[in-house]
Amino acid sequence: MRLLLGSLFALVVAAVVGLGATYLALTRGAAFGPLTIGSWTAWPKTGTADADPYVRASIARIGRLPTALGDGVAFTASADDNGRPLDGRCDVVLAGVTPAARFWTLTLYNADGELVANSIKRSGFTSQEIVRHADGSFEIVVAPRANPSNWLPTGGVERYVLLLRLYDTAVGVSTKAGREVPMPSVNVRSCP
Amino acid sequence: MIRWLLLALGGALLGGIVHLATIIILPHTATQDAYARLARSVPVNTVAPLPEPTAESAPMPFMDPAFASAVCRYDLSQGPLKLSVPVSLAYTSVSFYTRYDVAYYAINDRAAGRRVIELDLMTVEQHSQMPEDEEITAADRLIVESPTLTGLIAIRALAPEPGLMPMAKSAIANARCVRADEPKPSR
Repeated sequence: MRLLLGSLFALVVAAVVGLGATYLALTRGAAFGPLTIGSWTAWPKTGTADADPYVRASIARIGRLPTALGDGVAFTASADDNGRPLDGRCDVVLAGVTPAARFWTLTLYNADGELVANSIKRSGFTSQEIVRHADGSFEIVVAPRANPSNWLPTGGVERYVLLLRLYDTAVGVSTKAGREVPMPSVNVRSCP
Repeated sequence: MIRWLLLALGGALLGGIVHLATIIILPHTATQDAYARLARSVPVNTVAPLPEPTAESAPMPFMDPAFASAVCRYDLSQGPLKLSVPVSLAYTSVSFYTRYDVAYYAINDRAAGRRVIELDLMTVEQHSQMPEDEEITAADRLIVESPTLTGLIAIRALAPEPGLMPMAKSAIANARCVRADEPKPSR
């Protein structure tokens, strides 16, 4: 009886620890070799045949096709520079420049990776659509209400993520965070 | 007391094995991964345009709405495939994914350096069986080896402004992916 109870206990511990760790790894998006610049994180290895098992599992779970490294690199931001989660009811300003790339696109998704409905049917910008300052830097306002200059509507959703995809770029697996890879800052301007 | 602590420790170690096993097995059992989603709606060995992602519906999550895209779901069991993609004005890329959505190769218009991206896709085995002389005549064709028998080719053209989307779509519409031993379809 004691043996039975003991092994049952050990098996329950195993199931809780094992499945719990798998669940956490998949929902938190754990993977090896992140490249973090400011609020932005990319996993360049995700787009290669060397993708680790954690990346493979999370790709299969989400059901997306990762950006291949020969195509580009995708940077994700889900919090501002102070670490606060991005809130669609606030005005958030992205300011600065991007690393060298032939094109880039910035897209706003909800936490499930779906586009967010809004009045002007705009879910992102490409590098060609942006109005820039004289020195080439730009400012994008991510906000629920219309703003002058580059306005990206949030549709008022509570949580969102921004994806900045660089296409045809030298940024890759061997890139280190530094001056050669500047990413725009993410700051909350005002919050109701 | 010691006995329960030891059992908990053993359980935790076993849990580590359970964790690694589930992580490794998961891609092979997923029913909602990109390949499985597309397998329901997309025919085999032909280029199928994907609908633009909108807030209401999208073929898969995290698609870039600035791109016109199409996929060729391939099956190499009958022989190699030939792929040709005319490049659009802005930026065109072709990415190759295995059956389990791992990107193993990608090429863009500038790397291809021509007006049409032309590729031969085959398995490692089919490549090794190719006659030597044929390989010389085909030297200017790019050969891509697929690690799996089935998989996905994603063909994507950028519309730098929303108004240029029709142009990107029409460039993609002329992409072809056909069995290498089939005669070219007359157009």
